[in-house]
Amino acid sequence: MMTGRDRPPFTAGISSDLPSSARHRAVTASEIDRLEGRDVSTHTLKASTDRGRAGDKIFSGISLTAGILILAVLFSVAVFLLVQAAPTFTADPTEITGGNGFTSYILPIVIGTVIAAIIALVIATPIGIAVALFISHYAPRRLARAFGYVIDLLAAIPSVIYGAWGYIVLAPQLAKGYTWLAENLGWIPFFTGPASQTGKTMLTAGIVLAVMVIPIITSLSREIFLQTPTLHEEAALAMGATRWEMVRMAVLPFARPGIISATMLGLGRALGETMAVALVLSPGALGASLIRTGNQTIAAEIALNFPEAFGLRLNELIAAGLVLFVITLIVNMIARFIITRHKEFSGAN
Amino acid sequence: MSKRIDVKDLNVYYSKFLAVEDVNINIEARSVTAFIGPSGCGKSTFLRTLNRMHEVIPGARVEGEVLLDGDNLYDTAVDPVTVRGQIGMVFQRPNPFPTMSIRDNVLAGVKLNNKRMSKSDADDLVEKSLSGANLWNEVKDRLARPGSGLSGGQQQRLCIARAIAVSPQVILMDEPCSALDPISTLAIEDLINELKAEYTVVIVTHNMQQAARVSDKTAFFNIAGTGKPGKLIEYDDTTTIFNKPSIKATEDYVSGRFG
Repeated sequence: MMTGRDRPPFTAGISSDLPSSARHRAVTASEIDRLEGRDVSTHTLKASTDRGRAGDKIFSGISLTAGILILAVLFSVAVFLLVQAAPTFTADPTEITGGNGFTSYILPIVIGTVIAAIIALVIATPIGIAVALFISHYAPRRLARAFGYVIDLLAAIPSVIYGAWGYIVLAPQLAKGYTWLAENLGWIPFFTGPASQTGKTMLTAGIVLAVMVIPIITSLSREIFLQTPTLHEEAALAMGATRWEMVRMAVLPFARPGIISATMLGLGRALGETMAVALVLSPGALGASLIRTGNQTIAAEIALNFPEAFGLRLNELIAAGLVLFVITLIVNMIARFIITRHKEFSGAN
Repeated sequence: MSKRIDVKDLNVYYSKFLAVEDVNINIEARSVTAFIGPSGCGKSTFLRTLNRMHEVIPGARVEGEVLLDGDNLYDTAVDPVTVRGQIGMVFQRPNPFPTMSIRDNVLAGVKLNNKRMSKSDADDLVEKSLSGANLWNEVKDRLARPGSGLSGGQQQRLCIARAIAVSPQVILMDEPCSALDPISTLAIEDLINELKAEYTVVIVTHNMQQAARVSDKTAFFNIAGTGKPGKLIEYDDTTTIFNKPSIKATEDYVSGRFG
C-alpha cells in the first residue's frame, strides 16, 4: 500500500502508467489523508517560509564577523610582538640591558611578576570567596544587595588610583610592620632585613594587587554561588547539614569551575597590572626578601622604560611583553585543563 | 528505629500568607501515610514542615506543634539541623550530588555527623543502604562513578539510599515518582512497601492509584480557591478513603470528578 510519503507530488492517483487497481488504491489513500486532515503535499516541507530567515542570516553574519575579528586582532598582536621582539633574540648578548643576554635580563622580572601575582592571589582568593559566600548565602538580603553594589564599585576604580593609594597611604603604614617582620621573622628568607623604610616593596605591591583582584573574584564567584541549584542545597539541608556544611557539599563543588575561572581572571589582572605596581614598587634586583626594596614586574618594567626606549631597547621591552603574553596564555590553558578534567563530576551531564 | 508524628493545630505561613490552616493529624510509626489532593493545596508545604525544611524559604514560618514521639520539633531549644538528621527527605526530582561518586553520595549524610568510620564499616554501610534501596546490584561495579550518570529512577533510589544511610526515624517523600517512568515508579513503590517494616514513611503523591497501592492511611487535602489556605479535609484508612469516604469532596476527588 502506498503512503503519502512515497507518492510523487501532485501525480497521486492520476499517473496513467500505474495499473488501475494501484491507481484506485492511491486515490483512496490520499482521500483518507484528506479526510483525516493530514496535508497530502510533500511540498510543505521543501517550500521555505521567509519568516525570520533574513534575521537568521544577519545574525549569523554578525556573529561570524565578530568571531573572525577577534581572531584577526589576536593574530595581528601576536605577529607584532614576534616581529618587533625578533631583533632581541638575534642581537649580541652584550648589547642587551645587563650585558648578559636576554634570558638573564628577563628571568628576574618574570620571577618578580609571578611573585607579585602569587602574593595577590594568595591574599585575594580566600577573601574574595568568603565575601562572595557572605553575600550569596549568609547576609540578610538587603545588606547583601548593598554589599554587592559596593564590591562592583571597587572593581570600577581605576588602577592608577589604587597605585596612588598604595603609594601614599598603604606603603608608609606597612613600613612599620616590615621593620617588625625583619626584626622578628628575619630568619625566613622572605622577610630578611633591612626592611624598606618607604614600604615600597614587593609585598606592598602584592597587597595592592590583591585589593584590586578581590572585587573581580568576589563578583564572579557570587554570581556562580547564586546559581547553585536549590535542589542540591535542599538535598544537603534535608540531610541535616548546617549552613556551612551545605555550602561545602552543594555550593562549592558546583561553583568550582567558576571559582577557578574567577581566580584566573584575577590572576590575569595581577600579571598584567602596570600602573599600580609602577607606582608602589621601587624596582631593583631580584631578591628573595619581599620587604626590601627590589624586584620588578614585566608590566611595570615596560611602562617605566618605554617612553625613553629606542632601537634595540625598544625591541627588548616588546620581547618582555611577548613573554608576559605567553605566561598569561599558559596560565589560561592550565585553568582550562583543570576545569575540563573534572567535567564528568560537574553535574553538566 | 521509627517514631510516630503527631501534629497539633498547625498553621503554615509564607510571610503573611496562610498556606495551610489548622492541621491535626496522627501518623503511626512503621506505616505508610499518603497525602493526596489537587495542586497547590499545600500538601508539599505541609510535608516540609515535618522536618523543618519549610523555614528554609525566606519568610516562611509555622504556628502550632509537630511532635515526634512527643517531642515538639518547633520547641525553641530544638535545632532544625538535628531534626533534619532524624527525619530524612526524598524530593520530587532526583537530586544526588553531581560532584560526588555514588559511594560518596550514600555516605554524605553519615559524614556530616562527623562519625569517624573505618573503610570497611563505610563499605558495609554503602552496601546495606544501596541494597535497602534496591540499587546495589545495578551499581556495585561502579561505585566510584558520578551519581549523575545514573538513570532518573536509579538516581531517585540513590537518593533514598542516601536518606536511609543515616538511619532516620521518619522518611518524607515529596512526589518521589513524578519524574519517573512506570517501571522505575514500580521499583520505588516496592521499595516503599519494604521500608515500612523499619521506618515511618510519609509520601505526597498526585497519583491516586499510587496512594492506594502503597499507603496504609491517606490524608486528603483541599483548597477552597486560589489565595485561600489549604486544609486537611479527611484522614482515614486508605481503603476507607477510596471506597467510602465520609466527606463529599473526598469522594469527588478520588472518583476523579474534580481536581
